[in-house]
Amino acid sequence: MNVQLRPDTARTTTSRLAIADCDIHPAQRTPRDLDPWMPQRWLDHRETFGAARRLGMQSGPAYPKSQPNASRRDALPPEGGRQGSSLSFMQAQHLDPNNVTLGILNPLGSGQGVANPELSAALCHATNEWQVAEWTSRDRRLKASVVVPYEWAEAAAAEIRLWAGHPDFAQVLLLSRTAEPLGNRRYWPIYQAAAEANLPVAVHAFGYGGAPITSTGWPSLYIEEMTGHAQSSQAGLTSMVTEGIFERFPTLRVIMVEAGFAWAPPLAWRLDKIWKTLRAETPHLKLLPSEYLRRQVWWTTQPMEEPEPRTHLLDTLGWMGWDRLLFATDYPHWDYDDPAHALPLPIPETDRQKFFLGNAQAVYGT
Amino acid sequence: MIDCDIHPSIPDLKALLPYLPGHWAEMVQTRGMDELNAISYPAQSPLTARADWRPASGKPAATLAQIRSECLDPFGLSIAICNCLYGVQLLFSEDMAAAFAQAVNDWTRAELLDRDPRLRASIVVPIQSIERSVDEIERCAADPRFVQVLLLASGDQPLGKRVHWPIYAAAARHHLPIGIHAGSNYHNPPTAVGWPSYYTEDYVAQAQAFQSQLTSLICEGVFNKYPDLKLVLLESGWTWLPAHLWRLTKYWRGLRMEIPWVDRSPADIVRSNVRLSLQPTDAPPDRAGLERIIEHLQSDELLLFSTDYPHWQFDGLAAWPDGLPKSLLRKITLDNPRATYARLLEPVR
Repeated sequence: MNVQLRPDTARTTTSRLAIADCDIHPAQRTPRDLDPWMPQRWLDHRETFGAARRLGMQSGPAYPKSQPNASRRDALPPEGGRQGSSLSFMQAQHLDPNNVTLGILNPLGSGQGVANPELSAALCHATNEWQVAEWTSRDRRLKASVVVPYEWAEAAAAEIRLWAGHPDFAQVLLLSRTAEPLGNRRYWPIYQAAAEANLPVAVHAFGYGGAPITSTGWPSLYIEEMTGHAQSSQAGLTSMVTEGIFERFPTLRVIMVEAGFAWAPPLAWRLDKIWKTLRAETPHLKLLPSEYLRRQVWWTTQPMEEPEPRTHLLDTLGWMGWDRLLFATDYPHWDYDDPAHALPLPIPETDRQKFFLGNAQAVYGT
Repeated sequence: MIDCDIHPSIPDLKALLPYLPGHWAEMVQTRGMDELNAISYPAQSPLTARADWRPASGKPAATLAQIRSECLDPFGLSIAICNCLYGVQLLFSEDMAAAFAQAVNDWTRAELLDRDPRLRASIVVPIQSIERSVDEIERCAADPRFVQVLLLASGDQPLGKRVHWPIYAAAARHHLPIGIHAGSNYHNPPTAVGWPSYYTEDYVAQAQAFQSQLTSLICEGVFNKYPDLKLVLLESGWTWLPAHLWRLTKYWRGLRMEIPWVDRSPADIVRSNVRLSLQPTDAPPDRAGLERIIEHLQSDELLLFSTDYPHWQFDGLAAWPDGLPKSLLRKITLDNPRATYARLLEPVR
């Protein structure tokens, strides 16, 4: 997980498979990085009242991370700033040695989930401008996410329409822990706009909906929060299927990010079984739930499940289909999956190529 | 054959009146209390009762005659464990909950256990008060026909939290497994992202609730403190278990510093301490799939036969899922339940 990469002459770009990394986290160097794109009114507001989310703490999580900023200790840029804040160091430590030819940026800690909807919208917009100015315009391998204030769907849809057609934006970014389940109709304008813009919707683990991360209240431990992202993501995806998002928006592509993927087949089996029993409740569904998942949902790989023996994962990959998975490292976070070690399985070269690059190119149309 | 999960219905609230303390029997009348039926199983939902197990009037599985003719006899059961799902856990008053839990257990004993020697039951506890839950365990444990403590998959707090541990101590003392059954007290939203629109989502979400509870019980160290305690997940589905353990075990490797007391991998702990009832089996479409999942579990001791009667999980007598190796028949229907429920080996009367 927390692998330290040291200079290694054998690991040159040319000797390594080209890969896509579908979950990279760019960070702001200073708390003022977004200011150039923020209206003065909201800078003043934030200065005075902060930018509270549905969490108790003013700053820092009540489940302390396992490492500062939940990041690799070796990912601190030599010139200072937090992990993930330096493009040149990201290039030297990650993009170049791992031969990343397509990197999808998922900025966290932007304005998503900020309780004040207008401040959330302003911060999200500034984050998008910042991604272009500081990242995608300076490294063509990197693609940005349209960060949207998803709890205010009309503003989120407007932000999507603003960037639609911009070549630097590859997807729309939501966080998984929403205030209501993701299929709820309050979010439909987001899917409408994303489908029209032909942008996939990525649902990244974490968020600030305010509900406990379990259906049985707040757990005690960081490991429970981390493990729990799989459960909250399953609930969001179940809602999208059941409410008929994939029936209503048949061209919409949804990507589940950083919540693992091995839960997907058993969730699909459960959905299919219970749908057959209860189908009178959801006559708007025309296909088996698993058929919608197979048609319109993808999963990023990190944190990749690690059975013992690892070959058990081949069953999961077979059930899902090799075309469903998008490789991701989660750089610079501590539970980074190293592409050199992430898939130690005997698989055909064509599947390996799809897993590391081809599937991402197909989903993002690059 | 031992059926580890059947659901007799309390016919109606009036049926409990003879078993309630005077004050509470009076309150039922005076305050016009309605049934304690949770939304986990809407009365007319197809899942709640199979069509051929749905009587012309009254609730499914509400009389011993129904239970005998629809479940005990046709499946050839030597023993069936009754898990009574009546909404005692949903109440907010611990006094009221303690009275109703006691009434449910006494009704079960008098109306079912005393009348058919094949029946056993789980102890319904007023989880609203840990102290009174322990009292109820102590009160019922003297009767060897109570073989388990029954909790719901979602409640006020994750079940691993230390506040619950006196319940586990009492259960361990009396060789009672902790059975967690699908359901919620609905004091928290049924999912981690709020209240769903459809019942379908609520039922699917039960699997995620079990995943969260398993994480909590393992990480908080319940099985380190009570190494002989057995945990049984009832009506949980079970095909999600390998994937969940792969994830939890990966995080355990990365975050052991947070839970140094967990000195074995979560997968090991599950194999020694956790069991799951067979129905529902959320099976892969390929026939060989279930065999692969058994292989992923790396144990043939985890599954306990159940029909989930009267819930509609299969048709006819096909409680044995298609594709599950027949070589496991004896383990799952007999050996595993006996190894899990120590009290099944004790003489009754």
